[in-house]
Amino acid sequence: MSTLFLIQLLNGLQLGVLLFLLAAGLTLVFGIMDFVNLAHGSLYMLGAFVCASLTFLTGSFVWGVLLAIPIIAVIGYFFEVLIVRHLYESNHLDHVLATFGIILIADTLVQLSWGPEGIAIPLPGYLSGQVEIFPSIIFPTFRLVIISSGLLIAAGLYWLITYTRLGMLIRAGASNRTMVSALGVDISTLFAGVFALGAVLAGVAGMLIASITEATIGMGNDIIITAFVVIIVGGIGSMKGAFIAAILIGIIDTLGRSFLKDILELFIASGSAETAGPALSSMLIYIIMAVVLAVRPQGLFPPKVR
Amino acid sequence: MSEVLLNVTGLRKSFGGVLATDDVALDVRQDEIHAVIGPNGAGKTTLITQLFGEQLPDEGSVFFKGANITKLPTHKRAGIGLARSFQITSVFMGFSVLDNVALAVQAHDGHSFKFWKPAATEIKLRRVAMQALAQVGLDDRASRRAAELSHGERRQLEIAMALATDPVFLLLDEPMAGMGAEESALMVSLLKSLKIGRAILLVEHDMNAVFELADRISVLVYGKIIATGTPGEIRSNAKVREAYLGEA
Amino acid sequence: MKIQETSPRLDEHLKVPAMFGSGRGRVVTILLMALLLILPLIAWYAGNKFYLDFSTRIVCLAIAAVSLNLILGFGGMVSFGHAAFVGIGAYAVGIPAYHGYESAWLHFPLAIGSASLFALFTGAISLRTKGVYFIMITMAFAQMAFYFFLSLEEYGGDDGMTLWSRSDFGIINISDGLTFFLLCYGVLALCVYLVFRIVHSRFGMVLRGCNSNEARMKALGYNTYAYRLTAYVISGAMCGLAGALIANLQDYITADTMTWTRSGELMFMVILGGAGSLFGPVFGAGAFLLIEEILSAYTIYWALPFGILLILSVLFVKGGVNGLIQRGWRR
Repeated sequence: MSTLFLIQLLNGLQLGVLLFLLAAGLTLVFGIMDFVNLAHGSLYMLGAFVCASLTFLTGSFVWGVLLAIPIIAVIGYFFEVLIVRHLYESNHLDHVLATFGIILIADTLVQLSWGPEGIAIPLPGYLSGQVEIFPSIIFPTFRLVIISSGLLIAAGLYWLITYTRLGMLIRAGASNRTMVSALGVDISTLFAGVFALGAVLAGVAGMLIASITEATIGMGNDIIITAFVVIIVGGIGSMKGAFIAAILIGIIDTLGRSFLKDILELFIASGSAETAGPALSSMLIYIIMAVVLAVRPQGLFPPKVR
Repeated sequence: MSEVLLNVTGLRKSFGGVLATDDVALDVRQDEIHAVIGPNGAGKTTLITQLFGEQLPDEGSVFFKGANITKLPTHKRAGIGLARSFQITSVFMGFSVLDNVALAVQAHDGHSFKFWKPAATEIKLRRVAMQALAQVGLDDRASRRAAELSHGERRQLEIAMALATDPVFLLLDEPMAGMGAEESALMVSLLKSLKIGRAILLVEHDMNAVFELADRISVLVYGKIIATGTPGEIRSNAKVREAYLGEA
Repeated sequence: MKIQETSPRLDEHLKVPAMFGSGRGRVVTILLMALLLILPLIAWYAGNKFYLDFSTRIVCLAIAAVSLNLILGFGGMVSFGHAAFVGIGAYAVGIPAYHGYESAWLHFPLAIGSASLFALFTGAISLRTKGVYFIMITMAFAQMAFYFFLSLEEYGGDDGMTLWSRSDFGIINISDGLTFFLLCYGVLALCVYLVFRIVHSRFGMVLRGCNSNEARMKALGYNTYAYRLTAYVISGAMCGLAGALIANLQDYITADTMTWTRSGELMFMVILGGAGSLFGPVFGAGAFLLIEEILSAYTIYWALPFGILLILSVLFVKGGVNGLIQRGWRR
């Protein structure tokens, strides 16, 4: 039980860092540009597919990732310049509808380019094995890689936002657009840059997950809702909130799916637990969201500005 | 001396360590216009939002007719006879002028969980609304859309909406803002006619209007009231001249 | 209070709202609504069952779109979770039928009741928030409902469940395509009329006032939360009713009905038709399904032009189909 528990805890952590990569971009784009991007999941999907192709082309997963990152950045940049930029003045409803259109387009384009089947990304041998992290606890190497690279990226983002000039502009941009302009910074370049950064974060999440599952059409459409739950719980626009909520949601969701049924069996008849377990565990994170909102409508860590 | 309607004591509110309202005490009496003046950023609008429950004070209390209403929700304050106008014109742009006022009347005519009868055919609502419009001189604009009105007319509409609820206490946030001399003069005579039977708290930048209208004036500087008195007293108050009037 | 005589001044300001609008828009609206009734009848008479079913689909989704329009168009609440109500309504038919209860007099009240309850619960929480929070939360709650029904292995889980026979009304038999179409059309007409009464009533004025300027509504003394929540529940109930009809139309029930992309489609129908106009969502549903049908006849990649169309309509067309009907093609 405790071995399984530790392994599931690590799995939850892995889901958590992936969710953070997605949520970070969403919350950046919303916090700074006040833009709701439903198509964020499409960037996650594109990351997976582009990385898959490049991995086959170069014969190396690492090269695949390294080359896919600038490509996703460019896609994100043009996405902002061509479409998103023209919607900042509109209301959230227009954002939602237009990016919904983007999802339809992206899903179809991926189907046109890569076909309807999913693509698995092959891992090099040194990543596909397992390691014994504690005595008798064996965990896939690559999942550890995901966890550590996710935490590294989180640390990098923290450094970027807290200590760099870009980070200062980002924080200022959230509260005061005119001030940023007054500092002599081209605000539209800043916005496009931030958007591209968010795209890369989502893309990397897609690349990492596609090596465990596979790259499939519409793969972003489910996880994007979970990412929404994360930023709602964390407080929209807050990077710290996104991180804490992502880890929390990742762990709770994973543990709920593996143990809720057993826990229920302690209290109710095993037949009912058989039915209620999966139903309840699939709703768990939404119930948590509802509870958080009932107590704190602005989320756990609402950004201070406004 | 007439009855005190609104009484504020020890009101305090800070934002991130900055005191926006610092130990404010004031009262407004029946049949009186009490004006609050002060330089930009003195915390006038913050004060109003606390009186109206849109923000809650950190400390202190607000009494209305002797009852403590410090924490009463906004919509309930309207129910006991408080009404306000907004500094930035706040009307229903897509509605007709009459519908704007009718909606204000409706707010004080029982609940609105009435799903069937068209509101535009209710004589009761429309008549009171037309009376309020006539009172501010907007009755000939009744069927225009609010968005089509001039700035000054929208300010009048604001007042009509506040009046339509038949309030005992009116809170007016810069009713003259952005008005020309002629429009301001009209508004001054309108406000004069409104104070009978009511109490009015007036926040205003237009000093001519304030000194002509107000029975008493409080001067707010950096969240603190530095003086309260009749227009004559305020004019000759050295502290006020130094802190505020001297600047101009 | 004694009603006094109305002065002539007041008389001109007492307006009875017109359901079909006025002038040119009135003619086109009545014409289109008549076509939606008559064309399927002709198709049925000519023995073409496909067009009858297709029209029934338009009508059913139009009911869902009309319900969404009540809160989205008139109330300004951008709900991205309306597919959940459709799904709940559908399962309210499927689950009793699975257990052998086939009476429509059970199915439909159950659909309306359970959708209302879900709306009350989720609305009570989502309406505490504003703007983008509201969009995301309604979306998340719909996703919750989706996963909930997906996990019910007893009722088909991933595979969905087949409805072996349609709801039994006793007096009419909706297994007959024509009867079913007429029932759906009648329900649609009723729903549009209900929305018409609601939006012009005192309640509707408050709802539209909240949309226009909520802070002002509070200052006037309205408990806006209670009114918005009521509208949300009415909308959910109506959408649950649409779901019960859709289950009967498809003879098949699956959780896929509740995915958030379905909610997006409903929203698109409302916007395409013209949010905040009475008949707009009906035209929107019709236009949406027609375009989808035509495009998918040409290519399996129909979603591509569809997506482009969606973006263009957001960027350039204001007021949707209804806007075009009311003011003609001039911009």
